[in-house]
Amino acid sequence: MKSISYEKAPELLIRNGILLDPASGEERRADVLISDGRIARIAENIEQKNIPVFDARGRYISPGWFDMHVHFREPGREDKETIATGCAAAVSGGFTGVCPMPNTAPVADNRGIIEMQIAKAEGTPVDLHPIAAATVGQRGEELSEMADLVDAGAVAFSDDGVAIATAAITRRAMEYASMYDVPIIEHCEDISLARGGAMNEGAASTRLGLPGIPGIAEDLIVARDILLAEYTGARVHIAHISTAGAVELVRRAKKRGVKVTCEVTPHHFCLTDDHIESYDANYKMNPPLRTQNDVEAMIAGLKDGTIDVIATDHAPHAPEEKEVEFTAAPFGITGLETAIGLIISKLVLPGHLSLVQALEKITRAPRHILNLPQAIVQEGEPANLTLFDAAQKWQVRAEEFYSKSRNSPFIGEELTGRAVAVYNRGLFWQRPAVEA
Amino acid sequence: MNKHLLGLEETSEEEIRQILATAFSFKEVLSRPIPKVPTLRGKTIVNLFFEPSTRTRISFELAEKRLSADTITFSSSGSSVSKGETLRDTARNIEAMKIDMVVLRHNSAGAAHFLARCVDSIIINAGDGQHEHPTQALLDMMTLQERAGDLRGLKVAIIGDILHSRVARSNIHGLKKLGARVAICGPKTLIPREAEQWDIPVFHRLDDAIQWADVLNILRIQLERQKTALFPSLREYASQFGVTRQRLLRAKKDVIIMHPGPINRGIELENDLADSEFSIILDQVTNGVAVRMAVLYLKSGGRLDAEQGG
Repeated sequence: MKSISYEKAPELLIRNGILLDPASGEERRADVLISDGRIARIAENIEQKNIPVFDARGRYISPGWFDMHVHFREPGREDKETIATGCAAAVSGGFTGVCPMPNTAPVADNRGIIEMQIAKAEGTPVDLHPIAAATVGQRGEELSEMADLVDAGAVAFSDDGVAIATAAITRRAMEYASMYDVPIIEHCEDISLARGGAMNEGAASTRLGLPGIPGIAEDLIVARDILLAEYTGARVHIAHISTAGAVELVRRAKKRGVKVTCEVTPHHFCLTDDHIESYDANYKMNPPLRTQNDVEAMIAGLKDGTIDVIATDHAPHAPEEKEVEFTAAPFGITGLETAIGLIISKLVLPGHLSLVQALEKITRAPRHILNLPQAIVQEGEPANLTLFDAAQKWQVRAEEFYSKSRNSPFIGEELTGRAVAVYNRGLFWQRPAVEA
Repeated sequence: MNKHLLGLEETSEEEIRQILATAFSFKEVLSRPIPKVPTLRGKTIVNLFFEPSTRTRISFELAEKRLSADTITFSSSGSSVSKGETLRDTARNIEAMKIDMVVLRHNSAGAAHFLARCVDSIIINAGDGQHEHPTQALLDMMTLQERAGDLRGLKVAIIGDILHSRVARSNIHGLKKLGARVAICGPKTLIPREAEQWDIPVFHRLDDAIQWADVLNILRIQLERQKTALFPSLREYASQFGVTRQRLLRAKKDVIIMHPGPINRGIELENDLADSEFSIILDQVTNGVAVRMAVLYLKSGGRLDAEQGG
């Protein structure tokens, strides 16, 4: 794990960047002058003496990226990740905003934990917007104190890790949360079908002899929640969608006006269950890797807008937990530091999405779903920027992770596209030269 | 030849034939007055059994002793993780005591593959979860060769809980490689949804399988499957999938009956059929020792044509 430091940089001149606006799709060469943490000027060839300069020649300047699905393990499992190391991983991945999920120990179902999490992200360039538990202890029995949690800073509710246990509680959670216009984020998995499973149920699990989690376990809860959202008029966001069936359910629901949105992780649009061949637990996550048909459905859903958001489901785990027999290992992989490389390598370069379409899914879309102010690259706005090199080829190396954990199946992979610097909350970080 | 024996899926036809041929010559050793050879003298083999097992463990231990290896057996039910030490640590600790080979039985599919990645010793898979049980399939094939000769074209129906069966998986891979035809038969709930990838007939009526087959390899039904609603009751299972003399009226005259044991007599197999002229069940057990000797011998560097001593 690498340690990170952020520069206090109220004044900064970024020269020769390529400004990229996901809202308009425009690209132009410009310098950006930051003063007092805000964008003071955008123009060609700004001359300003006696302030720090960052030369962004050939690099893009994007509104800061946002990952609405991470696990930072604090409180409870600080050996895997803390808010500080999670934020460092976010920054290194180019993300200036994240939403940690509430399945901590104890569960983030009360004001104290939400306030603590927000406070711990102070002093980093990362806007941390916690998602609180929908039910007390994520037990699916009683609603958490949603008004109080929203007041403390929670931006959505979820029992992520599991689906909200019953249709009745999900209905009440949706109704109640809708008073505050915050979405319910659902981890869609019918546990009665999924229990005991270790990977996708299919040809690969049959061959490997591993117990399967059928895709229909996801589809059923997606269908349940779409119908409940339609019934209650509330908003539901489907976390880490992974099956062709679920994408089709969301597509049809959107057509008839249901307030449903969804996200996909990079691994679900890159990898299939065939990768489990060697029983490497770094390919074990929930939802599990599905089939080529599902991967193609993810890409189609991203293209036609059915899938609104790309989120990583960054799930750090300790090596001693992952380096075990496949069925004994916990679910989850890290994702923050490989996300943009996978997005560019697997979506943009093959021509599935334009760079602007891809950035939309990690900038505007998540903030919109969560009712958060947009990061806008405009004079007068707070400077919230991600600078990246869309052409840089690099190799994923565990030693370069800022995350405390290294449970990534992408270690060793050659990717194209990497963040080189971020600016947010008056703080500047640039990737040390040795890593570039 | 692969260094380890992890499963028959990754074992070539040639290697399977070599193991079986070697097993037949070891079977001859077993019939001698002193059924023991010095072949693996000085080699140390550790049997790691993380799942309750009597016959497989005893069969391996006997095979090791017949080959004069130094052996030690560690048995523990439940996963190693629940004991606070990981499988990797257990194995690496034992390996640090200078051993040559590990025979592993574990309830997690892929445990043998995992271990092969974290230690240098030769790994023999003695059953991993619902994945493979290669030495069981090898002894099944040896016993069939003994009774039926060449396996090419022989029709073997595997009957029972295919979904959870490592014996079925290893047999499907091994038998197909030797040119036999394989079918599976069981209730829909105990056949994997994706069984068609094996490209073999699937029967849900026992009579159809019996009519088709030259050989019935009957699997043990586990009572706990009934608790998870995979079939309604043992009574109903016996009535639908239990092999009885009455049902064998539809079978070929010289049908062969096999069972990997232990048998639930009166459930999947009528009591007296297990001991009948059709049955080669006890031959399977005898051959198990010979097959395991062959595997241990070949994996530790022996060759088929080498002097076997004694």
